[in-house]
Order: sequence, then C-alpha cells, then structure tokens
Amino acid sequence: MKRPNRTAFFLLVAALLGAGAFLTWYRHVTFEVPFLPGERRQVWSVEAQIDFIAMGEAVTASLAVPGSQPGFELIGEHTASPGYGLAFVENNGARRAEWSIRRAEGRQTLYYRADMMVDPETLEDKVGVPPPIRQVVRDGGPQATAAAQLLQNAEARSANPYTLARELIHEFNQETQTARLLEQEKPRGEWLVELLNQAGVAARVVLALELEDGRRRQSPVQVLQVFDGERYALFNIRSGRQGQRANLLLWEYQSGSLLDVVGGRNSEVNFAMILQEVPINRMLEAGVLPAAQHFLDFSIHSLPLSEQTLFKGILLIPVGVLIVCFMRIFVGLRTSGTFMPVLIALAFIQTSLVTGLVGFLLVVAAGLMIRSYLSKLNLLLVARISTVIISVIIIIAAFSVLSFQLGLTEGLKITFFPMIILAWTIERMSILWEEEGPKEVLVQGGGSLFVALIAYVAMSHPVVRHLTFNFLGLQLVMLALLLVLGNYTGYRLSEFRRFRPLVERG
Amino acid sequence: MRALLDRLFPARAMREIGVLGMNGRNINYISRYNSRQLYPLVDDKLKTKQLALEHGVTTPELIGVISAQHDVRRIAELVKGHDGFCIKPAKGSGGKGILVVARVEDGRFFRTNGTEIPLIDLQRHLSNVLAGLFSLGGAPDVAIIEALIRPDEVFRDYSYAGVPDIRVVVFQGVPVMAMVRLSCAASNGKANLHQGAVGVGLAMDTGRAVCAVQRNRPVFIHPDTGHPLDGLVIPHWHALLELSCACADMTGLGYLGVDLVMDRERGPMLLELNARPGLAIQMANGTGLLPRLRRVEAEPRIVKAGVRERAAFAARHFGTRPAAIAAVA
Ligand SMILES: Nc1ncnc2c1ncn2[C@@H]1O[C@H](COP(=O)(O)OP(=O)(O)O)[C@@H](O)[C@H]1O
Ligand SMILES: [Mg+2]
Repeated sequence: MKRPNRTAFFLLVAALLGAGAFLTWYRHVTFEVPFLPGERRQVWSVEAQIDFIAMGEAVTASLAVPGSQPGFELIGEHTASPGYGLAFVENNGARRAEWSIRRAEGRQTLYYRADMMVDPETLEDKVGVPPPIRQVVRDGGPQATAAAQLLQNAEARSANPYTLARELIHEFNQETQTARLLEQEKPRGEWLVELLNQAGVAARVVLALELEDGRRRQSPVQVLQVFDGERYALFNIRSGRQGQRANLLLWEYQSGSLLDVVGGRNSEVNFAMILQEVPINRMLEAGVLPAAQHFLDFSIHSLPLSEQTLFKGILLIPVGVLIVCFMRIFVGLRTSGTFMPVLIALAFIQTSLVTGLVGFLLVVAAGLMIRSYLSKLNLLLVARISTVIISVIIIIAAFSVLSFQLGLTEGLKITFFPMIILAWTIERMSILWEEEGPKEVLVQGGGSLFVALIAYVAMSHPVVRHLTFNFLGLQLVMLALLLVLGNYTGYRLSEFRRFRPLVERG
Repeated sequence: MRALLDRLFPARAMREIGVLGMNGRNINYISRYNSRQLYPLVDDKLKTKQLALEHGVTTPELIGVISAQHDVRRIAELVKGHDGFCIKPAKGSGGKGILVVARVEDGRFFRTNGTEIPLIDLQRHLSNVLAGLFSLGGAPDVAIIEALIRPDEVFRDYSYAGVPDIRVVVFQGVPVMAMVRLSCAASNGKANLHQGAVGVGLAMDTGRAVCAVQRNRPVFIHPDTGHPLDGLVIPHWHALLELSCACADMTGLGYLGVDLVMDRERGPMLLELNARPGLAIQMANGTGLLPRLRRVEAEPRIVKAGVRERAAFAARHFGTRPAAIAAVA
C-alpha cells in the first residue's frame, strides 16, 4: 500500500506556517497593527448604503450625515460612488452629502462611511444647540383639550425637563384612548415636541443609530432629544426609557430628511456598523483610518463595511473548528454531530452566554418531550424530522413571547439558534435515548455543550477576535495546525482512562 | 513528579504493551492499508453477502430484502414459515437497528428476552431502516431479513438470549487477534461490546479463552449464566482461522475485522466484515495489537503466502497461554 509522502507533507506545513507568519509580521510592521488589543481607541465605523433605481435622467442624492457630538468625535469620512460628483454642503448646522450625476439608469448603490471615535470628553456640539421653542396656539377642539390634560398630568409629576419628557411619554402610554385621538392628527414625536415646547422646554425628534458591533441592514430609530440648557438627554419615544449615550449615535438632528433622491425611485438607506480598535499613534499619524489601498494589504478592511461585519464572524469559525478537532483527536471527547458545537458557539456569541445556554437547554428538553410523543405516532423519518423542526420553531416562538411578556427581552435572542440543526440534534438525542439510554445522551449532549462552551470562550475573547480579524495570515497558521493535528498518531487523553486496566494488569 | 505524570498519563506503559490507539489505528493502519473504494464491499452487508456467495463462503440464509416503503406491509408474509429471523439495516454498524425476532408463534413475534413485539412496531422499525435512521449520515437504506442463527451447543452456557460472534482482526491477510463476544441480558440479544456484551479474548493457537471484559472491566464468569469463562474453547478453531483469512482475501482490505458465527447446523459462517474494527479487542485479550501488527509488517514473505500458511503463522506466533483467567478463578 502507498505510504504518504512525509517530506512533501512537512514542506506543505512549513510553507503554510511560513506564509502565515510572514503575512502576520508584514501586517504588524507595515500597517502597525499591534498584536494585542489595548492602548487603543474604539472607533465605530458606520456605513450608510444608499440603493435606488435611477430613471435615466440627472440624479441628485442628498444624505444627512452626522458630525462630532458629545461622546463621539468624527475622525474620518469616506464615500464610494463611481461616476458621481460629491459635495458636502452645510446649511445652518445641518451637514449633508450630495451626490450628483448627469445621467444614470438602473440600480445604483452609493456608500458613505463615517468613522466616529468614542471619546467621552468631546463636547463639540452643534448637536447641543437647542432648537428654538415654538409655541403653537390652538383654539379649543377635543385634541387641544386632551393634549393640555396630558401635559398637566405630566407636569404635576415632574421636576425638570427630563422628568417632564419621561412622564409625558408615560402619559401617552397610559392614556391609550387620548393618545390614539392625538395620533390621528400627527405622529407622537411631533406631539411630544409641541407639548414640551408649550411647557417652555426645547426639544426635537432626531434620528439615531443604535450601535451594536457587527450589525448589518439597520435603520435609524426616532429619538426624542430634550434640552436642559446646553445639555440634553435622549428618550425612546415609545418606551420613555432614557437612551444610553454611548450606544446611540445621532445621525440626523436638524429635523430634516434622512435621504432625498431626485431622479430615482425605490430609494432606501441601510446602515452597517462595526467596532474597531485603532491604536492611538496610528490615528494621530494618518489622521484617519486606513483609506489608501495598499499592495499586499491582506486584510478585509478594504471591503465595504457590511461585508467586513460578515467576515468578522466568519473568520472566527476556523478557531471553533480547530477546537473541535483538538477535542476529538487529542482529548477524545464524543460530541453529537461533528461541528454542531461550533454552530452552538456561534449562536451563543449572538445571544450572550447565559441566555443561550438556558435557551438551548429549554428548547432541547421541550423538543425531546415532543419527540418522545412523536415516536409513538409511527411517522416516517422525513416527516418526523420536519415535525420536529416545526415544533422547534413553535417552541422558540413560544419562549420568545413568554419571555417578552415577563419583561425578559433577553429571551428574544433565542431566535438566533440554528433551527434545523437544533431539530436534528433533538432527533439524534432521542434515538440515542431509545437505543443506549439517557446516560449516553448526557455524555454526548454534555460533550457537545462542553466543546461549544470552550469554543465560545475562545471565539468571544477580545484578543482572539482582534487577531483573527486583523491578521488574515493566521488563517494559514491555523490551517497548518489542523494538518498537523490530522496526522497525530499518539494516544488520546481519554484512552489513558480506557486502557488503564491493561496497564495495571500487565 | 515523573512518577505522577506516568500514573496520570500512562503513555509509556501503554507503548510498552503495544496498545494501539484510535489515532494510530486510523492513520497508520486503516488509511494506509484500506483503500477507499473497497469500503462499500464491507459497509453494505448485502454486497458482503454477494461477495461471499461468489467466493463460496457461507453466510446466514437471506430471507429477503425490503427496499421500498410499500413493501413494509409484506413483512409478515415474507417471514412465513420461519420460526425466527433478524432484521438489519444493510449499512448499519455497531448493532444499531438490529432487531432479532427469536420466536414466531401463530403470527405473533417475540424478542430474544421473551417479550412480544407487535407487528406494527416491526413495520415501524422497517420504515426507520429504510429512511436511513441507522445508517451512516442518514442515507436511505434497505432492510435485510435474515434467518435466525442458532448458535453452536458449546455456547449454551456462555451466552444469554443471543448469538455470540467471533471477531478476528486480520492484518494483510494474517489473523492477528481474536475474541468472542457473548451477548447477555444487558446487551439485548446482540453481541456488540459497547451495548454491554462480554468480550473474551482467544489464544490464537487453540481458540481457548485468555481473559474477559465487560464494559471495559475484567470479568471471570458470565454475568447471566454464572458459568466460569476460562473453560470456553472455540471448536474447529483452525477452520475458523482459515475462514477469516479467506474472507480477508476476497475483500482485498489490509486491515479488517472479520465477524464469524458458529451455527448449530451449518457450522462456521461469515456474519459481517468491518473495515474499521474497534480497539476493545485489546482489552479482551489483555494485550496490545501493535507487537503483532509489527511482527506481520516485518515479515513481508508471509503476506504473500497461502491461506493455510497464514493461519499456521498466526497460531505459531500469536498463541497466548491462558494464564489470566486461570490464575484468578
Ligand atoms: N441472523 C441473526 N440471527 C441472530 N442474531 C443475529 C443475526 N444477525 C445478527 N445477529 C446479532 O446481532 C449482532 C450484530 O449483528 P451484525 O450483523 O454484526 O451487525 P453490526 O454491524 O450492527 O454489528 C450480532 O453480533 C448477533 O448477536
Ligand atoms: Mg457486528
């Protein structure tokens, strides 16, 4: 029989290691990307992607763009818009990016990216200039009386502009009848501004983005900005909850429109955002984030943000896979489904650990119960698995609704679980249960969960995330490690236990 | 410090005994000596039967094959006239999906342990087999219906409600290690070790028991019959050795587990072949596989020899004196 060629194999491994190490080192030196996170500033890169269909005539697209604001300093802006002319116009404090072209036809995509450095000290605020207070005089009518009543109730329970705003929103939520009456005339946001103005408080409705690392296809939310002199606070119009400054980036704050397109239809704007850790020195030198394309820039930072956010997750998968291989080949853990632990770990990353763990156990337990009933029904396998899939979806929906009703919004994240995988897991576990008993289910289920936990810990570690995202060369190193692992012929840790009787007897 | 490490991780001691580990087996033996395209021959029990037929090797009688869902209803009709049968997935392994019906009495079916199994359950089992529930990766499968094997009288005291099978590991055509697997109450009439069957190692020269394990722990008597295991001697041992050599020759696989059974009437038969034979046989024999495998690797001449010489080589070099059980019992 053929013996594998050892030399060729080791050359391949060495080549992969060499190439990986070189790329990593190159990126470290020429781009000054440090190996460890830390001594760095957080920068949110937020990208607006504008899509519309041009109608074959002159097009202008105008997008509201943000500026520095308390908590965030604008350190760079980039646009990508082949063939378009671009100008930034400023109109009494409101900045807009305006693209124009003589003629365009068909689907168009324009990008605008703002890099916002997180800086609690920044006080620059065109954002902080309160808008003028406009008093609206209403001459009676049921709505005016109702509104006055709401305001009166709220004022009775408040001490300052912020508490007034909160109580007003509370009133709107309590007095549903009145609220519905008012909202027939104009949206709640505008009413809030009008009533606050009436009480002598400056306020406006602004558009803000909720910042969460790695999110794509986001839309801005309406937020009520309430002023107390030069300072302000942000309120969720629906819940009345005061917004966390650090997580809310004001995008449009002059009560203008977010996007105007002339000469196109079906326009929409979507936001993608990513949190980057940028070393201070590099930021000072270059002034902005790396914008220039560089030969051998083997990073994914040259891609549009929405792809980058995808990759941030994808590049972590090899870490999980490596861990699973290690656990199987070196430790000898049994897991149900080879790479199921990686998928579970990915789900944990999105849901946060405790929620994920509780959710996973609940869904699998409920699924096993339903499945044990199904096994009495004498269904064909395909039909049974499909039934389990639908049951899983129903269970997940039920848990989401239940946890939401109980006020545990965390529970909503349960939808991040890969449902088909869960269904197969349940099916396998239940067969295992019938064939080998509950002990084997615990062993394999526990094994999978244990490996998933370890993969989760590794994949969510800041250093690991930093390294995989910034050094693509490490993928080659991991590949080499996998090859070596695949050639390991020594004993597994579990075999020391298994064969112990042999040793002790001999 | 060193001693503690050796206690915790007895790699050195295991290497001395020549214990073959899972990774070593996979890389150094299976992937080196078994070429991929031969796997289907042994992974599909129907193909194995066909192959055995062509080479004049006896296998349990085939009652029929059920390969489509609408034939599932025909099962009762199919097994008419047989007073026992066994349903197995063609591509199953490790005892998964094996259903032994030990007794048929006026249309009612009974398991080995005496409990009745309703026809509807039998049909559901068949549908599950067809849907691929028991086969690797869930691929669709067919169900084999086999006549019941009636084990040889020698096993009466050593087996509880099931058919013992004899596993021989054959390396490059040379039998290197063997054990007999005895079903017991815990293993539900099947002789698969991880389901709780007793594994008894066999001396390669005489077919006599050397030592025995159940669930990885040494045992000395059969847990159900209470009979001491050291008296067990497999009859017609040399015929079995030669049969296992012949089976290896017909597949062309270099590292192979051959499972044989001894039928009361029809004598030694091939039950199934396995291209990835497990490592538990080392536990049952109280010794490692590696020295024997290396012995064969060091003697390229024997690999090319005929069936008879190879069997004789195995008997000469891999015989173990039955010390372990005798000393305790
Ligand atoms: N025809 C049969 N009659 C009685 N018992 C059988 C028969 N076939 C298999 N068995 C029992 O089932 C066990 C497993 O069967 P086997 O064919 O080896 O399948 P597997 O590949 O799943 O191990 C055997 O060890 C034996 O005890
Ligand atoms: Mg078998």
